[in-house]
Amino acid sequence: MPEVLCTHSLTRRFGDVVAVDSVTLSVDAGEIFGLLGRNGSGKTTLIRMLTTLLAPSAGNAAVGGFDVVRDAAEVRRLIGYVPQALSADGELTAYENLRVFAKLYDVPPARREARIGEVLAFMGLTDHANKLVRDYSGGMIRRLEIAQAVLHQPRLMFLDEPTVGLDPVARETVWEHIQRLRADIGATIFLTTHYMDEAEKLCSRAAIMRRGKLTAIGTLDQLKASVGPRANFDDVFAYYTGTGLDEDSAYADTAAARRAARKLGG
Amino acid sequence: MTGSPGRFFAKTWAIAEMEVRKLRHDPTELVTRAVQPALWLLVFGQVFSRVRAIPTGHLSYMDFLMPGILAQSVLFVSIFNGISIIWERDLGIVHKFLVSPTPRTALVLGKSVSAGARALSQAVIIYALAVALGVDIDWSILSLAGVLVLAVLGATLFSTFSLIIACIVKTRERFMGIGQVLTMPLFFASNAIYPTEIMPSWLKAIAHLNPLTYEVDGLRALTLVGGRSVMGLGVDFAVLTAVLLLLVIIGGWMYPRIVT
Repeated sequence: MPEVLCTHSLTRRFGDVVAVDSVTLSVDAGEIFGLLGRNGSGKTTLIRMLTTLLAPSAGNAAVGGFDVVRDAAEVRRLIGYVPQALSADGELTAYENLRVFAKLYDVPPARREARIGEVLAFMGLTDHANKLVRDYSGGMIRRLEIAQAVLHQPRLMFLDEPTVGLDPVARETVWEHIQRLRADIGATIFLTTHYMDEAEKLCSRAAIMRRGKLTAIGTLDQLKASVGPRANFDDVFAYYTGTGLDEDSAYADTAAARRAARKLGG
Repeated sequence: MTGSPGRFFAKTWAIAEMEVRKLRHDPTELVTRAVQPALWLLVFGQVFSRVRAIPTGHLSYMDFLMPGILAQSVLFVSIFNGISIIWERDLGIVHKFLVSPTPRTALVLGKSVSAGARALSQAVIIYALAVALGVDIDWSILSLAGVLVLAVLGATLFSTFSLIIACIVKTRERFMGIGQVLTMPLFFASNAIYPTEIMPSWLKAIAHLNPLTYEVDGLRALTLVGGRSVMGLGVDFAVLTAVLLLLVIIGGWMYPRIVT
């Protein structure tokens, strides 16, 4: 089937707060789909529901035809997930990190070593496989996490803010690898970001969230055309996320970037 | 639970082995954790041996105390294990485990079993101290095997308990607060440093509800020449196993809550 992911009126409430408000979208096989929005717009909550970490309050979602609540176990076999925080285990080597996930994702024992070697090579980490991850740069950790997420050849990969807190060179490298994932192995990717350059570089289609609601969805050209004849993507973002003084958002951006930098030992 | 029992245990082992590898990369905590049991045996044990205040039947006080301190050490290395999942939750590591097709109980059990490796390294140090202090140790293979199983069983039990606490309190500060509140009552309301016979009846009742009492009782029977179990070795193993199973089921149910 061409549709790898679809949601219908997906909603999540925390008490009185509606973090995700009736979101309906779909993602086709082979796409890189971007979910954009300011910090606090509900992107991470949405990803958590799609990755079976959080149950929806209303509505439903399906990955590869499997419902994320009823068939959570099947969904988990189909997806790969790279969370926002740099979450590889610093007390293990890259190889050891990959070995654990190869086992947890049922990569057959006979194939394990070869597969670990393949993903390390694909992400350019072969020479660093036996170093402790705490000695890695942020960009290398991010590439290791992507390697971890593709070990079991998932149908759909979720990348939550894949380059937040990384320096420009690391960001470019991560982008290259994401593009190769799609080009070389036909991966379908659902990523969240609040960086317009990232969205324009990687995504074929995008949706924009504001305060839990989906305010726009379409190809990048469609979104630009809907705003104006000479609109660039920054204009699209500003238009659909509101141009009000969003000081909270700016602070949260900086705080998130600082947290990520602290974890790198910066 | 998805998949076969074989896969469940394979994944439990994958998690446990991962935790033990981390210890191998940085074993310093094993040394620092040995200080407390050393103090209890070398200072408290020797002082109270001279005082002869605590009636320990046919055993010298030092012999009586050694398995109690071994059990204390098992408790202490395990009870703070849960804090690691709070740290891992903050880093996003827990999220990745929960998104994988791994049964929650395997994630919980794997983490807790790894505390058994810590407990065994403490046991080696305590045995060494015991030899130095002249404790009459039973070196038979059967006894040593029994101690190994009991130490791992106890460590897994208290580690799972610690994990459940972490899922309830969710922050490091609250966890440390509760950890301190729990360890001392568990230790003093047991037969680790005095027999239950000399306790007032209210304390005796609590001691018999305390898993540490059964851990100590089993260790006292197995570690010492002339050591005897008050409650029966079979009862000790059965109680600890049953409590562990119950805690693992509760832990598996609660583990996803740490990320919500």
